Parts: sequence; structure tokens; C-alpha cells
Amino acid sequence: MGRYVIRRLLQMIPVFFGATLLIFLMVNVMGDPIAGLCGDKACDPATAAQLKKEFGLDKPVWQQYLTYMGNVFTGDFGTAFNGQKVTELMSAAFPVTIRLTIVAIVFEVVIGISLGVVTGLRRGRPVDTVVLMLTLIVIAIPVFVTGLLLQLLLGVEWGVIRPTVSPEAPFNELLIPGLVLASVSLAYVTRLTRTSIAENRRADYVRTAIAKGLPRRRVITRHLLRNSLIPVVTFIGTDVGALMGGAIVTERIFNIHGVGYQLYQGILRQSTQTVVGFVTVLVLVFLIANLIVDLLYAVLDPRIRYA
Amino acid sequence: MRGATHAKWAAGAIVIALAATACGGGGSSGGGSGADGIVSSSWGDPQNPLEPANTNEVQGGKVLDMLMRGLKRYDPKTGEAQNMIADKIDTSDSQNFTVTLKDGWTFSNGEKVTSKSFVDAWNYGANLKNNQKNASMFSYIDGYDKIHPKSGTPASDTLSGLKVVDDKTFTVKLNQKFSTWPDTLGYPAFAPLPRAFFDDHASWLSKPIGDGPYTVDSYTKGSKLSMRTWAGYMGPDKAQNGGIDLKVYTDNNTAYTDLTAGNLDLIDDVPASQLKNVKADLGDRYINTPAGIIQTLAFPYYDAAWNTPDAVKVRKGISMAINRQQITDTIFQKTRTPATDWTSPVLGAAGGYKAGLCGDACTYNPAEAKKLITEGGGIPGGQLKIAYNADTGSHKEWVDAVCNSINNALGNDKACVGGPVGTYADFRSQITQSKMSGPFRAGWQMDYPLIQNFLQPLYYTGASSNDGKWTNAEFDKLVDQANADTDKAKAVADFQQAEGVVRDQMAAIPLWYQNGSAGYSDRVSNVALNPFSVPVYNEIKVS
Repeated sequence: MGRYVIRRLLQMIPVFFGATLLIFLMVNVMGDPIAGLCGDKACDPATAAQLKKEFGLDKPVWQQYLTYMGNVFTGDFGTAFNGQKVTELMSAAFPVTIRLTIVAIVFEVVIGISLGVVTGLRRGRPVDTVVLMLTLIVIAIPVFVTGLLLQLLLGVEWGVIRPTVSPEAPFNELLIPGLVLASVSLAYVTRLTRTSIAENRRADYVRTAIAKGLPRRRVITRHLLRNSLIPVVTFIGTDVGALMGGAIVTERIFNIHGVGYQLYQGILRQSTQTVVGFVTVLVLVFLIANLIVDLLYAVLDPRIRYA
Repeated sequence: MRGATHAKWAAGAIVIALAATACGGGGSSGGGSGADGIVSSSWGDPQNPLEPANTNEVQGGKVLDMLMRGLKRYDPKTGEAQNMIADKIDTSDSQNFTVTLKDGWTFSNGEKVTSKSFVDAWNYGANLKNNQKNASMFSYIDGYDKIHPKSGTPASDTLSGLKVVDDKTFTVKLNQKFSTWPDTLGYPAFAPLPRAFFDDHASWLSKPIGDGPYTVDSYTKGSKLSMRTWAGYMGPDKAQNGGIDLKVYTDNNTAYTDLTAGNLDLIDDVPASQLKNVKADLGDRYINTPAGIIQTLAFPYYDAAWNTPDAVKVRKGISMAINRQQITDTIFQKTRTPATDWTSPVLGAAGGYKAGLCGDACTYNPAEAKKLITEGGGIPGGQLKIAYNADTGSHKEWVDAVCNSINNALGNDKACVGGPVGTYADFRSQITQSKMSGPFRAGWQMDYPLIQNFLQPLYYTGASSNDGKWTNAEFDKLVDQANADTDKAKAVADFQQAEGVVRDQMAAIPLWYQNGSAGYSDRVSNVALNPFSVPVYNEIKVS
């Protein structure tokens, strides 16, 4: 087990460098970021040159990348164009997005798995059909439609929630945005759990458990659900990273100043430091979430062992 | 049945979860956001640090307009430059100026506003070492080439043209005659700065100190800036509300939603997609007034094909092929006005705006357009590709409409196409590197309400925003002459004559004047936009 973890951690290194290098190159081919800083006027050449020097943009890209990575390991993610440290932006944005992600994941787990269990156990019944139709609808509708619709109905028409989230973004204000963010994944979790449960219901060990006379609740939670959760956990694990990075649409609709918003601003302003910094952290989140998922397999199914 | 109980249990959990969701955040909805006469207003994250000489866009500019007062201020209604801290600015030759300050002005930290506050601030702003994006505003002052050389390091840390005489007086020597120069001093870059700015720059940036009607109460970068009325303010334009909370919105649609839900008092940019509903939603709480912004199509004169005598006819033809009225009515819902000169209506007739100066060349006339373009040898390269940036604004829509109009006039559906460029930064860098191969979208937002500002930076040979690198000796001569005039009316007349050269050559095709559009809640009143399309915050009243 220990060796497995170490091997996995070592594998993360090339992925980390590869991903950051790609992002670095992508941001750099978009053109000269300084030119956009001066509005509709042309920057005067001397100031532009001076700014390029300050942000290290006058050097070749490979050299910029090396300097950047060198700084990252000392915890210096550089400065955004508005003069703020990128670490400062991160410390403002990540807590908000983490809260939003937690809300979304909780919805996925609670609603998704419950619905999946209910429908999996009663496949073909009306409940199953209704939930399947609903999930299909949710998957088919783009997030911004759901988001804008809920915002309009709950926020403006009925006044149940505030249509936008305040800068502090406490948990209770993030419930609806979290639900919107989770909606599509939630539908997938339901469907995955349903299929998995329906399949394992006929497995030998379930029959054995029932034959032993175990209470039905115990059969479902301990035996059936535990084995059926493996694909679901994989999905939710990879979804953590996807939710954090993919929150741009939800964050824009509900005015949440999180990672998605900062990334969007960074891309618009071509602020290499902001974009690469945030993506670097997101890559790390992805890698760690994947590692945790892999380790969870062993907990869920003791037959899975890592040599 | 045992199964049924489980289904109930699961369903119960869902109901509880949904109920919890619905309750969340419900308590605080409705009503305005602040008590005690605080106005909440939408804001965009400023692109640059909030320093006077480093702020060149609207979002940072509106903050400076609340926090800072300079020698002059533009009247929010007429745009006329009026003395603020300046008692008088005298000159006998349009080149040497003596500035006298009024008594009693202080910064909000108690420090006196003296002539040194100005001279230090201007030297800081002009110095190449400080990377100030508005440094060129000081380029008319003598010694600018020393403190801000085209390359290398500055030879001096001060502008030789600035001299402190005493606490209340300083002199300015310009490097050329510029009669209307005092009228440029309302631009935020010319604001005075307290010692605190130089002594502890970082803490000043996190909480700027100025001499304006408001002080910064708290500033959370990227999300909220709270300003409160400063009781010690000396100027005549005291704040009529308790303060302003500027809230950063990720999207102006979101801000609009918040306004309609009653969570926000003021938005100063109604999203294009909402223009259809705005009358129904806000009624007469929607403002749509002219601003000092003009949109044009610029041409790359560094491309030989566009720099021929015949190309003048082609440009005029293209201009006549654009149905401005139809585009401003349908695409912009009348938030733009078809342009008939190269300035802006906010200047007023006395300031140099002359409706109809463009004449027939700006009137839709497809038949004449086709004739002129054919006479001029057709469109260079056979196809017109109008470049624009696709990331912000809804430029695609109007560029497509303009092309459509041109194609219809020429009876050729391939005569004109849009040329999107991914990001604004890339668009700007292609322009500054002179890489444009055809016409491109150009917009000009005035720095100060002077006809000079609409002509010289854009069309003078080698000027800072002459993106198309147009050059014309006659035009340059007339501008120089206008700048040397000591009489303002004479100067305006000379500038208009120079504008005539722009017209005869069709240096750039004027499209439309942009309006400022704003909306406000029924909590506030006396809301207006100034000629820069920024709300006049200090005059807003809270009921």
C-alpha cells in the first residue's frame, strides 16, 4: 500500500509539469498581453517595454516557464496585472469555490445516491421511470438555462433567495448555486448508482446475505451499496476537480467571486500569472482527488489490493 | 411492505434537503442593501492599480472621481472645465502657465494640498520608472523626454517644466504652445497626491487617500469598495448621500438581475440583451444620454493599397454604404446615434461639435456608394475584412450588420466579412504592431471634453492613438495653428477646419456616437450620467 502511494505520487510529477507547461504555452500564444492594458489607446512603447520587463514577458517563453516554476516552488505565484499577488487572489477565490464544491458534492452524494438506490431497487416501476426521465431532462438542459431560470424564479419573481451571492459567500447563499452546479453530475450519479445497484442485486453475495436472514437495511447498506459504489466514487472523485474548474458559468450567473471568475478575468486580460497559477492548483486538486479515489477502492472492496 | 419504508425514508431526505435549500438565504432578500443613505452601485474590477496616473479605464476612473479632486473638474452637465482647487491659471503666451491654488484644501488625512502635492504627483506620473499607463498625459510639459525617454533609463526624476514658487503657486512650462491645456487638467491623472502615497505606497493602494467628497471606508479587492461621505470636504460639490458601495459583478446581466430584484440601487451599464425589457422593467428610471464616445472604422495606411488617392473614393463609398440609422435602431436599440462628424455631441456647438459636418459621405446612399467604390478601383484585395475583438462587447453583431449593409449596397454577398480576433489584448497588439490588413473597429472615449482630444491623438502624424498611421501635412498644420491660438473660439474654429481635412480624406469612417445607459432603483433619485458616461455619484439622493 505504501509503495503504491509513493508510486502514485511520483507519477504526479510529470503530469504536473506537463499540464502547467501546456497552459503556459497556450496563454502565451494568445498575443501580447500588455497591449490590452492601455485601453483603446496604444501604450507608449517605453512604458510597455518597462511593464514587459516587470512581468518578465521580455524573455523567451522557455525561460519564463523555468523562472515561473522556480518561483512556484518557493510559494511565489507572481503578480496579476492589477498589482495584486496571485496568492492573494487565490486565498480570496479558493475558499469560496471550495464551499461551492462542497455544497455541490453533498447534493450529488445525498440526492444522487438516494435516488439511485431507490430506482435501482425498483427497476421498471413508475418511480424508476419518472426519475430516469427527470435525470434525462436535467442532463439535456445546459447549466446556464437551469441557473438563470432558478435565479429568475426564486430570486426575482418569488423572492425566496437573493438572486446573487454576497462577497463573503456563506454556505446558505451557496445552496441554489451549488444545486445548479451539481445538477448534471447529480443526474449521472443517480443513473450510475441505479445501474450498479440493479446489477449487483442479483449477485451471489447479496443472495447469500438475504438467505442468512440479515435485515434488509443491512443487506442494502453493507453489502449491496458498498460494492455498487465503486464506479460512483470514481465519478464523484474526478468530478471534484471538474466542479472547481468548471464553475465559471455558475459563478458568473450568481456573481460568485471564486476560481471560475478569477480564471475568466485572467484569460480575458491574458494574465499569464493568474491563469497558470490557478490552473496549477487545479491540476493538483485533480491529482489528489484521483489518488484519494484510488485509495478508497480498497476501503470499499477489500478484494482490491495494491501491491 | 419493507421496501416501501425505505422509499419513504429516501424521499423524506430529499424533501428535507430541498426545504433546506429553499430556506437558505431567504431571510435577507428584498429591500436595498444599505441603510443611512448608502447607495449601492455595480462595478467592474479595475484593470490597473488605483493610482491617478495609472488608471485609464472607466471602472477605476469612477473611483478616482469620487476620491480625488484636481485643479479643474468637468461640469457633470455641460462638460465645461471649471476651477476646483485652482484659483486661477494664467498665461500670456499659451506656453508658460502660472497656477494659483485656493486656500484651505486638505487631504482626508489632514495633510494640506499645496503646490508640492501637484508637482510631486505629476513627476511621479511622468516618470518611466513608475510604469504609469497615463504617463503620456504629461508629455506636453517641458522635460518629458528626459523623465520618460523613448528607451533606456530616465535622465532626470523631475519635469524641468514644473517649478514650485510657494505653497500656493507653481509654474508650468510646456514644450509647445497649447492654448486649451488648462482645460485638460480635469483629467484624473492630474490629481494631487498626499505624502502618504510616496511614503507607504502599498498601504495607500490598499486604502487610497484623496481630497475628494468621499473617503475609502473599506476595500476588498475584486469584490467591494465602500466609500463614505467625508465631512471635511472643501469643494462646492459635496456629497448628497451617506456614501457609495461599489460592488463588483461578474457579469452586467447579473447586476441587472440584482437591480430588478431590489438588491442594488444603480447600474451604469445596461446589458445589450436587456435593452428590450428595460423600459418595462424600469420605466423612467432608465437613463440613455449621449457620452463622449465615438465609434469609427479605422484603416491601415501602412498598407499601400489603402494609401492611394483613389482609395479616398473607396472609403467614402464604404461610408455611404452603411445604413447607420437602421443599425443603431435595431442592434443598439437607440443607445447609439448615427455619427455625422468626428467628435461628439457632448462637446456642444461652442466646444466644436458640428452636426452634419460629414455631409453626404455619412448619409446612406447605396447607389452612389457602389459608383464611388467602382470609380476608386474597387475594394483593395477584393474583399473588405473588418477586424474586431470577439471576447468583449457585442462587436460581432454590429460588424456583421455593417458588412451586410455594404454587401447589399454592392450587390455582392462576399464584398465584406467580419474578421474576429480572439482577445482584446491580441487585437490591440496586432494594431500596435501595424499588422492590420483591412479596416478595423476603433473606438475613442474622450479624456477631456475638448475637440482637440477627438482629433489630435487620433489623426496627428505619429500621435499616440493614430492606430492607422494616417498622415496629412495640412491637418497637422491646422492642429498646430489651433493649439497656438490664445482665443478659445478661434482655436475651436481651427480644429473644425482640421476636421474638414479628415472628412475630405475620409481618414476614418465615423459610425455612431455612443450613449451612456444606466438604470436605478426607486430608492434613489437625482441620478444622472456625466459626459464620460459615469454616474454623478455625489449628487444622488437616497429617499
